[in-house]
Amino acid sequence: MLEGITNTVAQHIHTYREVPGGLLPLLHAIQDSVGYIPAEVIPDIARALQLSRAEVHGVVSFYHDFRSQPAGSHVLQICRAEACQALGSRALEAHAKSSLGIGYGETTADGAVTLEPVYCLGNCACSPSVRIDDEIHARVDAARLDQLLAQLGIGAVK
Amino acid sequence: MKLKAFLPRDTTAQALGADQLATALQREANNRAYSLELVRNGSRGLFWLEPLLEVEYGEERIAYGPMTLAAVPSVLEALAIDPAAHPLYLGPVADIAYLKTQQRLTFARVGLGDPLCLQHYRSLGGFAGLENALRLEGQAIVDQVTESGLRGRGGAAFPAGIKWQTVLDTPCEQKYIVCNADEGDSGTFADRLLMEADPYQLVEGMIIAGLAVGATRGYIYLRSEYPRAKEILEQAIAHAGADQYLGKDIRGSGKSFALELRIGAGAYICGEETSLLNSLEGGRGTVRAKPPLPAIEGLFGRPTVVNNVLTLAAVTTVMEKGAAYYRDYGVGRSRGTLAVQLGGNVRRGGLVEVSYGATVRELVEGYGGGTHSGRPVRAIQVGGPLGAYLPQAQWDTPLDYEAFAAIGAMLGHGGIVVFDDSVDMAAQARFAMEFCAVESCGKCTPCRIGSVRGVEVIDRLIARESPREDLALLHDLCDTMEAGSLCAMGGLTPYPVRSALSHFPEDFS
Repeated sequence: MLEGITNTVAQHIHTYREVPGGLLPLLHAIQDSVGYIPAEVIPDIARALQLSRAEVHGVVSFYHDFRSQPAGSHVLQICRAEACQALGSRALEAHAKSSLGIGYGETTADGAVTLEPVYCLGNCACSPSVRIDDEIHARVDAARLDQLLAQLGIGAVK
Repeated sequence: MKLKAFLPRDTTAQALGADQLATALQREANNRAYSLELVRNGSRGLFWLEPLLEVEYGEERIAYGPMTLAAVPSVLEALAIDPAAHPLYLGPVADIAYLKTQQRLTFARVGLGDPLCLQHYRSLGGFAGLENALRLEGQAIVDQVTESGLRGRGGAAFPAGIKWQTVLDTPCEQKYIVCNADEGDSGTFADRLLMEADPYQLVEGMIIAGLAVGATRGYIYLRSEYPRAKEILEQAIAHAGADQYLGKDIRGSGKSFALELRIGAGAYICGEETSLLNSLEGGRGTVRAKPPLPAIEGLFGRPTVVNNVLTLAAVTTVMEKGAAYYRDYGVGRSRGTLAVQLGGNVRRGGLVEVSYGATVRELVEGYGGGTHSGRPVRAIQVGGPLGAYLPQAQWDTPLDYEAFAAIGAMLGHGGIVVFDDSVDMAAQARFAMEFCAVESCGKCTPCRIGSVRGVEVIDRLIARESPREDLALLHDLCDTMEAGSLCAMGGLTPYPVRSALSHFPEDFS
């Protein structure tokens, strides 16, 4: 593992080790700066927080947000919840999967985008909703999704 | 020409292009040599009109919406000549019937100005409740909340006063106030709107709760799906701290309250209060058995008030205007107002705050105006993914916790999701089980395994292999999940499934 990552993680551990219930904020901080939670840092976290490695792994694996592998350059989340279903999100999901050529939890071969499901973005009056990185978009149909991805330089696979 | 205009900065408005509009408005105003002061307010919750541009005009604020980039020049043109002569002109905002007919208590301030301006908040009655609370003993505050009849807005509708009394009566050197801002139910966005459009109200409510029960630390547990709310709350907490509303000596009172924002990590189950506490402690978000009640042994084993965003917000109204004022709204044992959220396939989606007692039909047909698609409404899911699907025969049910319980449904957090006649109710029932399988914390077998078996049996039912046996099996499975799960996740997943089966049987054959 790169020394840079180890140093970054060590700084975050230093920040959160004394914070009550600090494991989630620590994991968020690591993922925000490194992009994922490398398996190699779990022993360091466990030692600093006086937990077992299994406990730390258990927390990382419990939450949908924490990844053990790097994501693509962009993360596309499509809302799968009921309000979006009522306005066609099932078709939007199918379109995203076929045009990107990947399923949920997968990243395109060029590393451009990772596709994930999300269960409600709280934008239910203007469904269907998607989130691209930290931006939420409303009333997204297949054409609008293609447009949003094209703005990021992401085209459909053949 | 001098103009003061308002364009929301909340998630929905931004998701519909408000930021690009703001840039375009400023640019076009410069081109025309108008002096434009553009306030980025919170949304009024009239989401079908977003992005909603409001402009001060005489004594009123007039509105244009839904705004488009293309309409920017013509709206600015109209403002100089005849404001009403524009196809997107909506008249004075306050006269829009959707807004005018609501009883806004908790959402009275949203959309009026910059959500982060403390002076603006104070000018509209903000912190008046806190000032009253600072003059009272804890017991007197709890009494007010109890008398108001306020019940938890997260879905369980537990009387807030009883919870607070329990925490007050449990001696401990460290108690906590935890705000459950893990608003995961599909079809709900009221917490988000409040946090983005009037965040100080939540901060104020939490301080009052701390004063009431003797808690000096509070946490807001916010879901990670709300990046905008996170930004706004971070700033709100910082500003409130800088102005001595938080910290060691609240406004010179000698009382203290520290508030921290924590972010969830994409687990629906963490909206359940004991899962949330485990998550706040840094662990897996698994459900705890009750007792012990969180009010007695909650966060880090200490007495803890866990309340929803809207419950804590409503406390500011109770403390500002009195318990009787709040209690005068509502019906039966459901007192005050309910923040109804209209979503899904609905023409006029948004937030409707009304007294308890209005019917589902009044909301969906009256405020909502039917479906977005223009097709007939077929099913309405109330109360999130664990709520029942209501057929037409039940749309006259009043929005009241007991009336909903009586028909085997639940009001939950007040989310109403509309479906038109293209909905496949077997697919919806299957999704309810699938969602439970994805989001179950895994503690209870009926929830963890039952939901997986539920998907399988619904698949077989749809395939019509042996429908009679599979139907009996599905009902049996629903009984087991309902009776054998610790929390509402496994316990209520049968609601959408059973309601789809009993009210829409034709979709399964």
